[in-house]
Amino acid sequence: MLDACARLKELPGALLPILHAVQETLNFVPKDAVPLIARELNLSVAEVHGVVSFYHYFLQERPGRKRVHLCRAEACQALGSAALEAHAKAKLGIDYHGTTSDGAITLEAVYCLGNCALGPSLMIDHQLHGRVTPERFDALMTQCRESP
Amino acid sequence: MKIYVPRDAAALGVGADDTAQTILAEAKRRAIPIDLIRNGSRGLLWLEPLVEVDVAGTRVAYGPVQSRDVAGLFDAGFTAGLPHALGHGATDQIPYFKKQERLTFARVGLTDPRSLTDYLAHGGYRGLTAALAMKPADIVAGVTASGLRGRGGAAFPAGIKWKTVLGAPGAQKYVVCNADEGDSGTFSDRMLMEGDPFVLIEGMTIAALATEATRGYIYLRWEYPQAKLALEAAIAAAAAAHYLGQNIQGSGKSFELEVRMGAGAYICGEETSLLESLEGKRGQVRFKPPLPAIQGLFGKPTVINNVITFASVPIILDRGAAYYQHFGMGRSRGTLPMQLAGNIKHGGLVEIAFGMTLREILYEYGGGSFSGRPIRAVQVGGPLGAYHPESQFDTPLDYEAFAAIKGMLGHGGIVAFDDGVDMAAQARYAMEFCAIESCGKCTPCRIGSTRGVEVIDRLIAGENPAKQETILRDLCETLTYGSLCALGGLTPYPVISALNHFPQDFVKPVRASSASG
Repeated sequence: MLDACARLKELPGALLPILHAVQETLNFVPKDAVPLIARELNLSVAEVHGVVSFYHYFLQERPGRKRVHLCRAEACQALGSAALEAHAKAKLGIDYHGTTSDGAITLEAVYCLGNCALGPSLMIDHQLHGRVTPERFDALMTQCRESP
Repeated sequence: MKIYVPRDAAALGVGADDTAQTILAEAKRRAIPIDLIRNGSRGLLWLEPLVEVDVAGTRVAYGPVQSRDVAGLFDAGFTAGLPHALGHGATDQIPYFKKQERLTFARVGLTDPRSLTDYLAHGGYRGLTAALAMKPADIVAGVTASGLRGRGGAAFPAGIKWKTVLGAPGAQKYVVCNADEGDSGTFSDRMLMEGDPFVLIEGMTIAALATEATRGYIYLRWEYPQAKLALEAAIAAAAAAHYLGQNIQGSGKSFELEVRMGAGAYICGEETSLLESLEGKRGQVRFKPPLPAIQGLFGKPTVINNVITFASVPIILDRGAAYYQHFGMGRSRGTLPMQLAGNIKHGGLVEIAFGMTLREILYEYGGGSFSGRPIRAVQVGGPLGAYHPESQFDTPLDYEAFAAIKGMLGHGGIVAFDDGVDMAAQARYAMEFCAIESCGKCTPCRIGSTRGVEVIDRLIAGENPAKQETILRDLCETLTYGSLCALGGLTPYPVISALNHFPQDFVKPVRASSASG
């Protein structure tokens, strides 16, 4: 993490690129990281915490091995995403921001993945999936659980 | 032989990578030499993965092609363009595509988005070449004369914005591209960045020449990882060929360009909030004035425009302002890439001149609903756009015509809903979305959105509905006139339009699906 700071801190507006680097490496931005980043960028801890907590993408707790973003926006709603959402929550036994008990999957809401003609959509890590039926959702979750 | 399989995210989402791998494997097995090109999408999204075969210069389309269909296509002789159940003939003769007027999207889906050579072979960088021979003020005058208005949603004349930046004093100026395409129902920015990233880079470079800016940023949402890959590859290729960086094409002009990732905040599509985010801060909206054109990124004069706005500039410089201006109606000049989405049979990208009616695009292009049921409501212009009933479907797609019916074209997203939609749930969702995505700076948006959800809940529950409706309308007025930016200011659009056009949905007794339809 200090490496990411050293590499990126001279960029104008370096905080977001640094947080992205930490998020990509660790899958979250640990609480302990905040004072270190603040020191490197000569910002207050409050300022860095304020930024981390503002953006939905940066997680403050360690997520499951796979991060599943389910689209809740209108175009997907028009194709039945509310039913898919109910199915997903019931099937995984968690609500949004929750992680399955086996630590495999964290479920999150997202507001548009730009796949509005082929919804309902979801994204697993950075992989987009369109026309997701409940059956397809189950198959995808099985794949998630099987992957390391 | 050339075979095209899109790498557009929408195509990947329905299996284009598997299709591509199977085509390669099957061709190898049959000892047929092929050249597989991963293009952008042609925009006929219901046919994705759309595989095209180049047969003596004609692109023949097959789709949707899943991995399991590939062997059968080879058996049928698709490499020679022969018929198959999934065949659609020549791509450019498919009516959906043929009737379009593709100016900004001219190359999207046609070329290899990673190849600068391909870009140059299809008329790329002719706009920049023209701009390099012009004075900044003349470039600005050309863009002004074209009538190009900001395609992000606000439709502010691009030339006027650029003129302000050119006239603003300052040694350091910036060009910023707003690629935080967060509106539901829109994907034209994504398709363009994935399918023809060079045209955006060229447009931004022209903007830099026009305003004497030397640094640029593309602020891209994290939800678009494929666009990031495409842009970064194109920026590297453009820099290697001296179309970016120091001394562009020997002109002595310089422009450095970088992609910066957003982190999941709808509000960062608002320009001042985006600038805050680029500076490494919380994406909170700034007061205006000062305008970003005077004090933008890091307090310096900044051109900030949407992806499609910048991408429309090269053709204006190449073909002339009059050519572009000739398309369109009234004060809406040129073309608008409309995006057909939601419950629609033929969803995709339709670039046409302003002026076609909503009904024509829904039925002649869209083919009606995906479910086969009647289209009951259409939301135009993203989550802050109004819901339109069938009685308004004859409105022409024109900024002023939509403003006249208390709607907006916005970024060109059209989301269709069939008769299963619960409009009270949609109104509630609009308030809920505003509450989730509000930056929190101004009170009407921060508090009003949460109060809005509560009032709608009481209204739906039938608790003194006349009173609740009065409160809701009053609250919406406060949001409209008291909010700092468009998020709070326009959230009443979907709410009030749902209430006005579909009042019956609000008076039913408590229903099971009152959460989020």
